[in-house]
Amino acid sequence: METGSKAKAAAKVTAPQFVLDRCAAVPALIGRQQDFLHIAGLAGTAYDIAALTDNGTNCYALAGAMGAACMMGLGLALARPERRVLVTTGDGELLMSLGSLAAIAVMNPPNLSILCVDNGHYGETGYQVSHTSLGVDLEAIAQGSGIKLTRTVSTETDIAEGARILRQGNATAFVLLRVKPTDPPKTRLNLDGAACREVFRASLLHSA
Amino acid sequence: MDPKTEIAGHARWQDDLYDELRRNGITQFAYVPDAGHSVLIARSLSDRDVHSIRLTTEEEGVALLAGADLGGGRGVLLMQSSGVGNCINMLSLTKGSRFPFLTLVSMRGEFGEGNPWQFAMGQAVEPVLSAMGVICLRAERPEDVVPTTRAAITMVFQSSQAVAVLLTQKLIGAKKF
Repeated sequence: METGSKAKAAAKVTAPQFVLDRCAAVPALIGRQQDFLHIAGLAGTAYDIAALTDNGTNCYALAGAMGAACMMGLGLALARPERRVLVTTGDGELLMSLGSLAAIAVMNPPNLSILCVDNGHYGETGYQVSHTSLGVDLEAIAQGSGIKLTRTVSTETDIAEGARILRQGNATAFVLLRVKPTDPPKTRLNLDGAACREVFRASLLHSA
Repeated sequence: MDPKTEIAGHARWQDDLYDELRRNGITQFAYVPDAGHSVLIARSLSDRDVHSIRLTTEEEGVALLAGADLGGGRGVLLMQSSGVGNCINMLSLTKGSRFPFLTLVSMRGEFGEGNPWQFAMGQAVEPVLSAMGVICLRAERPEDVVPTTRAAITMVFQSSQAVAVLLTQKLIGAKKF
């Protein structure tokens, strides 16, 4: 079965709160993408952010090392306190690195925001149901980990408040975006991590 | 050597080690709490010019240091040998993207170890790190620690290598059981 048709089959059986389309909701929440340094988790969110930034020099997107995104964002945010850092990650990747939320909450850098695009499925491997379709609430876990600024965005009317939280800038923010399990934007990813590192650093460190 | 002298000697090389790391611009100290690194951890907590980062598991530190590098920052991961195993897949980030990576590993499961649970991972530290592209440098004596760490810092931050300084059980002393 093609990935697209698997997505459609999954969408038919998904829970009612997973209704937004990621291809519209992610850009709407982030707004002017140039305001952020982006770390994107592997699979769906790497495509979301690569498409949004047009593979920009302000974006480092993972294609492996599952679970790295949030802590990379913390290291980057601590190293560049004058810049706003946005980590965009999926429910599958975040489930693999829940302890990161505790490590980040304790540090609480005000220039770090985390956007979890939760489609309730492991999309990249064929849309198997994830824990968040089965009752696990990642916003509650973020709150319980000590992150004070959290929101869940599951309808159009929640988006403005979610966008505001991502840019508030007085504490680490966590926004859980519930979306239906449909494919991310189609775009080309640069899979050469070493080249991406060089480009990101050159743009950030040598252009100022 | 009486116990007091031993503790004083222990603390001295750890203080020298902290100073060497700071002289080389390291400002992110990441760790899962560990007795072998207690002086470094305490120094980082009381130093207003650095970030002292409590991890819940060691692989978080591998990702953290990669993020720091993207922003032009320098960090070090402090861990016990048992934590090395937790880092394996995350080191594909370091190796695949050629991120600089510096870790100090306090060794268990080797010279004089009295807890059999420590041997499996302790003995696997060097082959595991080597398999993931991390170069291991062993420090056996107090006077080795700073020069070995200085060498590692050059390899990591000038040559973009991944290097582990193994603070051996001969250096640290075996925990009493």
